[in-house]
Amino acid sequence: MQPSATRDLIVGLFVAVGLAAIAYLSIQVGGLSYKGPGGLRVYAVFDEIGGLKPRAPVSIAGVIVGQVLSIDLDEGLRARVTLDVDPRLQLPSDTSAGIRTSGLLGDQFIALEPGAEETMLAAGDQIVMTESALSIERLIGKFVQNSGVE
Amino acid sequence: MKMTAIEMLGFRTVSLVAHLGRIAAFIGSIGLHSVRPPWRFRRLVGEVFDVGVLSLAIVCLSGATVGAVLGLQGYTTLARFGAENSLGAVVGISLVRELGPVLTALLVTGRAGSAMAAEIASMLTTEQLDGLRMMSIDPVDFVVKPKALAMLIAMPMLNALFICFALFGGYLVGVQLLGVDGGTYVTSMEDAITWEDDVAGTLLKSVVFGALVGFIATYRGYTATPTSAGVSAATTGTVVVGSVTVLLFDYVITALWGV
Repeated sequence: MQPSATRDLIVGLFVAVGLAAIAYLSIQVGGLSYKGPGGLRVYAVFDEIGGLKPRAPVSIAGVIVGQVLSIDLDEGLRARVTLDVDPRLQLPSDTSAGIRTSGLLGDQFIALEPGAEETMLAAGDQIVMTESALSIERLIGKFVQNSGVE
Repeated sequence: MKMTAIEMLGFRTVSLVAHLGRIAAFIGSIGLHSVRPPWRFRRLVGEVFDVGVLSLAIVCLSGATVGAVLGLQGYTTLARFGAENSLGAVVGISLVRELGPVLTALLVTGRAGSAMAAEIASMLTTEQLDGLRMMSIDPVDFVVKPKALAMLIAMPMLNALFICFALFGGYLVGVQLLGVDGGTYVTSMEDAITWEDDVAGTLLKSVVFGALVGFIATYRGYTATPTSAGVSAATTGTVVVGSVTVLLFDYVITALWGV
């Protein structure tokens, strides 16, 4: 066995490197980050969310500004999506939200389009104007009905 | 004849229960000594050196190799579907959820668990444990506890290092050798792996495996037959029972918590 001080140093280094590896996996790879208490939470109600999932990104003009926290049903049996967005953003109260797809078959995300009102969205507010997910099956269904196939 | 069969059954049952009781008493004794002074911190450091630092080379090298092989295999399979861009996700998910904790536990069982069992068993054979008892030092406190705790501490760290090296190996093969875009590889990996589902699961698995291997190695050594054959049986038993237990618990953890 080696002299005690050297051994202690090596074990200390090992523990430091091991903890760093755990931290790297958690923070960088796992995407764990400290979410400040002041994340701006707003709600948006959609008729159809398609394949939207929790943790899907929320973007404005393509820039990611937050994520979907949770999805549940409201009293009217519509999908109620909780968004967690950057609290520093000044979002007008007539901001609209739409569910978009990245690419043809990509994951779905929420795109916010800021409006022009003077008043701003506060935590707990609901986004009124929403645009549901585009369902290819429904589109085809409409097309078939309208074209009057016998 | 019938009577003896029933007697046999009774004897087997009683000895099984007694055996389970000894295991529980052993675990309880380690647990009790772990939360009660003397802490024996210097001995713990020495054991972490033996288990963790000396296993670093094999764990890191195996990690890089496994990652590289996953990169190659994943690429050839994904290329059939034109989905090479998901290589990072495939390599990352399989490493973090399964291969990292399981392979690390198997490697550490073979590298450090067997040595642990052999050391305790030969201390038993040469009556060193009895010598400790004569000085009124509990061998569980002095010999067993630091070893079991060191295994518990070192396993998650070795697991994390294994995964990091494997991700690096997969990156080398996928990006440098096979020409997947580096940014795509890293992004698909980071998008696919989440803290709650994957990284927390890998930590849970490695902690459970560390506790299991630490317990099996020390128990096998402590209860070995005090002969040369007993030492070798304890070593073999640790590797066999340890590996099978790790694989079984891996299935149970995955089935119960889906990680």
